Amino acid sequence: MGELRLMKGNEVIAEAAIRCGCDGYFGYPITPQSEVMETLMTLRPWETTGMVVLQAESEIASIHMVYGAAGAGKRVMTSSSSPGISLMAEGISYIAGSELPCVIVNVQRGGPGLGTIQPSQADYNQATKGGGHGDYSLLVLAPASVQEMHDFVILGFELAFKFRNPVMILADGVIGQLMEKVELIDQRPRWTNEQILEISGNWATIGKPSSRKKHVITSLEMDSNMMENNNLRLQAKYTQMKDEEVRYEAIACEDADYIVVAFGSAARICQKTVQIARKKGIKVGLIRPITLFPFPEKIIAEYAAKVKGFLSVEFNAGQMVNDIRLAVNGVTKVEYFGRMGGIVPTPDEVEDALEQRFLIGDL
Amino acid sequence: MTVITGKINEIIKPENLVYAKSPLLNDVSMHYCPGCSHGVVHRLIAEVIDEMGIQEQTIGVSPVGCAVFAYNYIDIDWQEAAHGRAPAVATGIKRVMPEKYVFSYQGDGDLAAIGTAETFHAVNRGENIVMIFINNAIYGMTGGQMAPTTLVGQVTSTTPNGRNVDLNGYPLRITELIAQLPGAAFVTRQSVQTPAAVRKTKKAIRKAFEIQAQKKGTSFVEVVSTCSSGWKLSPVASNKWMEENMFPQYPLGDLKDTGRADPDLYKVKG
Amino acid sequence: MAKVRGAVVVDNEECKGCNLCVVACPTLTLALNRNVNNKGYHYSYMENPENCTGCSNCSTVCPDSCITVYRVKVEQ
Repeated sequence: MGELRLMKGNEVIAEAAIRCGCDGYFGYPITPQSEVMETLMTLRPWETTGMVVLQAESEIASIHMVYGAAGAGKRVMTSSSSPGISLMAEGISYIAGSELPCVIVNVQRGGPGLGTIQPSQADYNQATKGGGHGDYSLLVLAPASVQEMHDFVILGFELAFKFRNPVMILADGVIGQLMEKVELIDQRPRWTNEQILEISGNWATIGKPSSRKKHVITSLEMDSNMMENNNLRLQAKYTQMKDEEVRYEAIACEDADYIVVAFGSAARICQKTVQIARKKGIKVGLIRPITLFPFPEKIIAEYAAKVKGFLSVEFNAGQMVNDIRLAVNGVTKVEYFGRMGGIVPTPDEVEDALEQRFLIGDL
Repeated sequence: MTVITGKINEIIKPENLVYAKSPLLNDVSMHYCPGCSHGVVHRLIAEVIDEMGIQEQTIGVSPVGCAVFAYNYIDIDWQEAAHGRAPAVATGIKRVMPEKYVFSYQGDGDLAAIGTAETFHAVNRGENIVMIFINNAIYGMTGGQMAPTTLVGQVTSTTPNGRNVDLNGYPLRITELIAQLPGAAFVTRQSVQTPAAVRKTKKAIRKAFEIQAQKKGTSFVEVVSTCSSGWKLSPVASNKWMEENMFPQYPLGDLKDTGRADPDLYKVKG
Repeated sequence: MAKVRGAVVVDNEECKGCNLCVVACPTLTLALNRNVNNKGYHYSYMENPENCTGCSNCSTVCPDSCITVYRVKVEQ
């Protein structure tokens, strides 16, 4: 068993990064995730593991520093919150287009614009539909606990290198600020130059020996046929993600008449909603997508034939609900309930919404 | 070798070779317009890397703009950065591989307009990188629009009546500003229109790479350049126009050569 | 007395006829050819090869690295 600690979600991102052998973090302060860089600066990993930590002049610079360092085959990451992620959209598109591995943490706050510093899930579409220009997808992990904040940093790097694709950890202000018990992994070494050569030696820009051709990290291709091929290669990768990397948690769904679908901190609230509803004799289950891209559409489609309806519960105006509707494909009713502006609904509020949408007519 | 008659076929022999294309320049035609300064600066960088024997240790960062394809021409590893972000990309590379040589190569739009923040902050951090800045006072790649360094009265496709200060502001002497930053080790402005100027520029680039090895801070080499297509002049006339119009606004020479500043000068007292 | 003689080889197909080498040549060796290469450029060539001293000014200013320079001492 690893070391147990009581930690904040944001702090554990930093701790997990150091412990899994991350090579570099480039970031810019923004509420509610500034503790990530603050924790790193306090822990001074450059003196222990050799991990680089740099406060950039902007989120734009941070993400392009990640681009440069990821291009060197290193395990690097950044973190930000919604407005900062919008600034990074350019760089994320370039990273996806150049097929570089990295981890990007978004501890979401309410928008649009400067919005609020309170928690939100309003960047679901931005995260799962690309967010920047061009046809690309991030692999999106949605943690619902401090433990998952820890685990997904490690998993994030594994997946990023498996697919040579940016991975986003889409958290929110609740998970970022929440303190919980977490089991930490033991310190792992950073990759040696030899390991990097073995893992990424066929593409990383680490200096060109005369024995090989030069490596060029670029998303540019002027030949339309070649560019279409590049796009097809990316799409094949996203298909492979859909085949191999879908993750979700299904709670009390076997006998359910209604299934609530929620991710991140909304799923924690809905877990309580399930209990409240069941006490009232309403058979409610919960599906918690852990990967938002690839979306767990198969399991939702399977339950669509069995249940009377799905309720998508989100801290936004209804974004994931569209993906559920696509998966359900008209087989059963799909409704949405959510709050915006940084308001976190109570389990009773959600239960009430479920009754309003599905049961009023039945009574 | 000494020969008797001096006929051409006696001269053109390997043992008499005094200049040949750098082995670090790839065997492809550059896409640049005839007379473009980029070709000369590319060659100088290739020659410096070759002469220093650092091909295996050097990573270049190409910009968005005419030099976007720089990675096709010099036989080293490259990263192609988003518009203006080359200094941030170079920072990322250098920070995780401090033992490597890293340089960025940017034009005036990339470095002095869209990427101003990245430029300033990379230099202000004293990143141990080399920044090459091609200033031809115009956007070449997109078809001759106004650059931050476009001169007052200069006609471009977005200043068809000449750059007007009331409308467009002043030409930006960014290199003078860069020289003020404590992180800058070596800041110089050069050109490549004559053999003598080319040789000076090569020396400056070589010095910049050597300073990187000494970890003295950022080296910044501006090359005042021509864009005959953008300026709508012949290459020879462009050189003349540059000497008459650009040099008074962008005077050549070293602006700073002291290494980065002593941190103690900036320290809190208590 | 020894005299320095030079010669240049221009890669005709790489040359874009920018004329910078012609202007840089101190001995009036080079000129642009009346003929054009496959790209349509009047490429540079030694119009007066006997003038060349192999000073490398042409190759120094050439943006396309298409000039190779040779130099030799000639006994007279």
